[in-house]
Amino acid sequence: MAGTIQLNETPGGLRPPVAKGGTGRLYDLMEAWLPKIVIAPTFVACVVFIYGYILWTAVLSLTPSRLLPLYEFVGIEQYQALFGNDRWWLALKNLLVFGILFVVVCLIVGLLLAVLLDQRIRAEGFIRSIYLYPMALSFIVTGTAWKWILNPGLGLEKLVHDLGWQSFSFDWLVNPERSIYTVVIAGVWQSSGFVMALFLAGLRGIDDSIIKAARVDGASLPRIYWRIILPSLRPVFFSCFMILAHIAIKSFDLVIALTGGGPGFSSDVPATFMYTYAFTRNQIGLGAASAMMMLMIVVAVVVPMVWSETRRTSRG
Amino acid sequence: MAEERMLMPGESRLSIGRILVYGALALVCLYYLMPLYVMITTSLKSLDEIRAGNLLALPQAVTFEPWAKAWQSACTGVQCGGMKGFFWNSVSFVVPAVLISTTIGAFNGYVLTMWRFRGSDTLFLLLMLGCFIPFQVVLLPMARTLGLLGLASSTAGLVLVHVVYGLCFTTLFFRNYYVSIPEELAKAARIDGAGFVRIFLRIILPLSGPIIVVSIIWQFTQIWNDFLFGVVFSAGEKQPITVALNNLVNTSTGVKEYNVNMAAAIIAALPTLFVYVVAGKYFVRGLTAGSVKG
Amino acid sequence: MKTGYMRVRTVVAALGLVFAASAAQAAEVEVLHWWTSGGEAKSVAELKKMLEAKGHTWKDFAVAGGAGENAMTVLKSRVVSGNPPVAAQIKGPSIQEWGAEGVLANIDATAKAEGWDKLLPPVVSNIMKYKGNYVAAPVNVHRVNWMWANPEVFKKAGVSVPKTWDEFAKAAEAIQKAGFIPVAHGGQPWQDFTVFESIVLGIGGPGFYKKSLVDLDQASLNSATMVKAFDTLAVVKKYIDKDSPNRDWNLATAMVINGKAAMQFMGDWAKGEFTAAGKVPGKDFICAPAPGTDKGYTFNVDSFVMFKQSKADVAKGQADLAAAIMSPAFQEVFNLNKGSIPVRLGMKMDKFDDCAKKSSDDFVATNKSGGLVPSIAHGMAVPSATAGAMQDVVTEFFNGTGMSSKQAAEKLAAAAKTK
Repeated sequence: MAGTIQLNETPGGLRPPVAKGGTGRLYDLMEAWLPKIVIAPTFVACVVFIYGYILWTAVLSLTPSRLLPLYEFVGIEQYQALFGNDRWWLALKNLLVFGILFVVVCLIVGLLLAVLLDQRIRAEGFIRSIYLYPMALSFIVTGTAWKWILNPGLGLEKLVHDLGWQSFSFDWLVNPERSIYTVVIAGVWQSSGFVMALFLAGLRGIDDSIIKAARVDGASLPRIYWRIILPSLRPVFFSCFMILAHIAIKSFDLVIALTGGGPGFSSDVPATFMYTYAFTRNQIGLGAASAMMMLMIVVAVVVPMVWSETRRTSRG
Repeated sequence: MAEERMLMPGESRLSIGRILVYGALALVCLYYLMPLYVMITTSLKSLDEIRAGNLLALPQAVTFEPWAKAWQSACTGVQCGGMKGFFWNSVSFVVPAVLISTTIGAFNGYVLTMWRFRGSDTLFLLLMLGCFIPFQVVLLPMARTLGLLGLASSTAGLVLVHVVYGLCFTTLFFRNYYVSIPEELAKAARIDGAGFVRIFLRIILPLSGPIIVVSIIWQFTQIWNDFLFGVVFSAGEKQPITVALNNLVNTSTGVKEYNVNMAAAIIAALPTLFVYVVAGKYFVRGLTAGSVKG
Repeated sequence: MKTGYMRVRTVVAALGLVFAASAAQAAEVEVLHWWTSGGEAKSVAELKKMLEAKGHTWKDFAVAGGAGENAMTVLKSRVVSGNPPVAAQIKGPSIQEWGAEGVLANIDATAKAEGWDKLLPPVVSNIMKYKGNYVAAPVNVHRVNWMWANPEVFKKAGVSVPKTWDEFAKAAEAIQKAGFIPVAHGGQPWQDFTVFESIVLGIGGPGFYKKSLVDLDQASLNSATMVKAFDTLAVVKKYIDKDSPNRDWNLATAMVINGKAAMQFMGDWAKGEFTAAGKVPGKDFICAPAPGTDKGYTFNVDSFVMFKQSKADVAKGQADLAAAIMSPAFQEVFNLNKGSIPVRLGMKMDKFDDCAKKSSDDFVATNKSGGLVPSIAHGMAVPSATAGAMQDVVTEFFNGTGMSSKQAAEKLAAAAKTK
């Protein structure tokens, strides 16, 4: 800390970047180390609270832990049990279906809304607030509202029937084959507004003169969007993907509140699976094994993505 | 910013295209408003009306009793004082957690873009992966760590947890923002002899307003709405408002008062709703500034 | 100046003495529970009052959700962090699992002084003990194998309330023809499992129930009786409406209250919904044992488990808490609020309603006849891992993935081997 203050008080002015002499060397040394010192707490936190805990989870997945951690080695027994568990495979399949649909639909809806809102809309602020507010609400209760809306006997289907269209059917919530799609509907509702905001910001950031030039050259509006605007939004796509993928893999509240994993356990996802086994059913070892599998999926999907993006945007 | 943007002069008047655009936006508004409609109408009905009737119908006799009860007399445990006592609990850890994680995130982003060193890209990658760790996984080891640090069931412990797992995102935000600031600015300042801290305070920080807004809004929403960490790591009587809401809503064998539940949910969400509605403009503006030439 | 200073010093010293004295007896007693709704919260508040009357302070630690699922997660974290509460609401075989971790306190002294062995049926007291020592205090008894019926609907359909599962099928058919939903059901795994255990008890009797769902005897699980139980479950499924998945149990109860549906199979907490809606037992609604189960009683006993404490004053508070829980005054007021009955035998029941009186009579009778069995669906019979795996089979069968009853019985037997 003292070093920091001293640095602040070092007279600036015309001092050459590489100075010779005692104080100068100390100064340079400090300057060289300061960035690392600043980032060190984050580094330590990252090592302990993320990778340390992952290691701990990996260790637990090789033990017969039940109610509380127990450090006894049983090899890959828990993984064998996991792979022999139908419910786990169903949870994985659901994550695949939900994850892809959720990310893709959110991106499409978010982008479309952003493009529409960017057309000099009168009540933009008002409409934008409507699209954004779902992020502000906790799913503990919005889940109940969605449950009612999607329930055929209480919500939409009943409403349409009451309006006179008797053959209308919308029973995804109570259909084991379809229940995971209702999770997509509510998930998109919650997150697409945020994606819209990101894209809207991206659109606003594009230099107008390029577009004007293209229009003067006679390019049509859709063509301008497709050829000029969308490609320039690449970093926004990346940020959106990161945030959406993170929400998809961690989805827990959403599923619990909306379907409770049901009907039966047809809309189980890995996060609810892990929680159920590790905490409710006192099978911490099995829960840890499922957590490790989740992390491996993350690594397989996200690392290539982040790596290429870091490479592309970092200088040097 | 972009006033004339996608339209050629003369196109801005009412046309079929414009009507379609407005129509589409309005239609989507319905989808977004539906759950809020259900929550508000339900919160204004009596329990008998909810039991008897159509859940999507407008209330026949509007009552504000559920709101009063949710605010001051609903039970969330042995105390039956409603939600009003829990606001301060949440504020007391959300504010420090948001400020600390944003500050550290800003410095991290600054280092990772302007003061890159060997391995800084790898560190960034490792941090990004950290965004994805399922929170259920960290509960037990975190409990152990906090116990060892003497921070179990304390507000400080809860702040620590939120700061640690918020860092990934704040760092991502600031790093992606600073990457678009021309490096020449910093270089020039360095040649002028300015050091690490001075460059940050004099050059980078004044440019950071928009992304600070984004980071604060994101962190505030995340931490305010968090339930899992709040329930596990909070001190007994200092439970956050989400835990109180959960206690109110998730009764196992008691009578479920949906009207009170919905009112309580809206009350608990007021600060975040306020942030989004009021700061929404700055939010988009902040994000915009961040993506310039990104 | 000087005298003033002296006076302040004396007062401070006196205050210090007072605090020291009270600290020696009074303790801060932190209790983890998931009773947060109106009636339940009021009941716990009674316990708080009693404890405060003995000079302790109550530190409330309420975490609701999913029959204690959230509370258990919190509890684990607290124990792992080396900071367990004084008492926590835990029930059934989980008490044994916690006991095996070596973190529970022995409260035999209180139990002996209060004579718990005589006041509790052995089936219950055994659950409260780990290796022969009391570690938990029981609060109440919920009967699970109830059927809640709307007499008006039965009258309109021209049938009487079924006493066996064969009668049930006939009655349900008639009710459906009359335009009502025969069974109000909430399609959540624990509710599916609740119906299933009542069917097993009704078809196989208490002996079979005990052998198959408590002792997990492979032959019984794979027997023709179990296949028949699954067949019956399929019949019940035929008579519920298609919108049932993930419906809360109380919305299902509301269907019976409103006369949309004829009956619901649910524990006696459903009574609270009826009385909250102003309905009178015996007149507006009927509480009867589920078909074929009047000689059986599936119980769900809530209890507070005591955790080891290092401080002597806290241990004293813990003992006082245990004594208060089993005291007649608390047992009465708590259960009047909660809809359950006292677990303490020989209590006066005159303040309770008819359903509770019947529950109490049957509790005593089945305790003698051997028909008193733990509910598997409510975590009283087998460890949570096993119960969970078995529940998965039942709910998968119930939600119709094309499994035959025979296959279901085989899968149930396989799931019962889960440890």
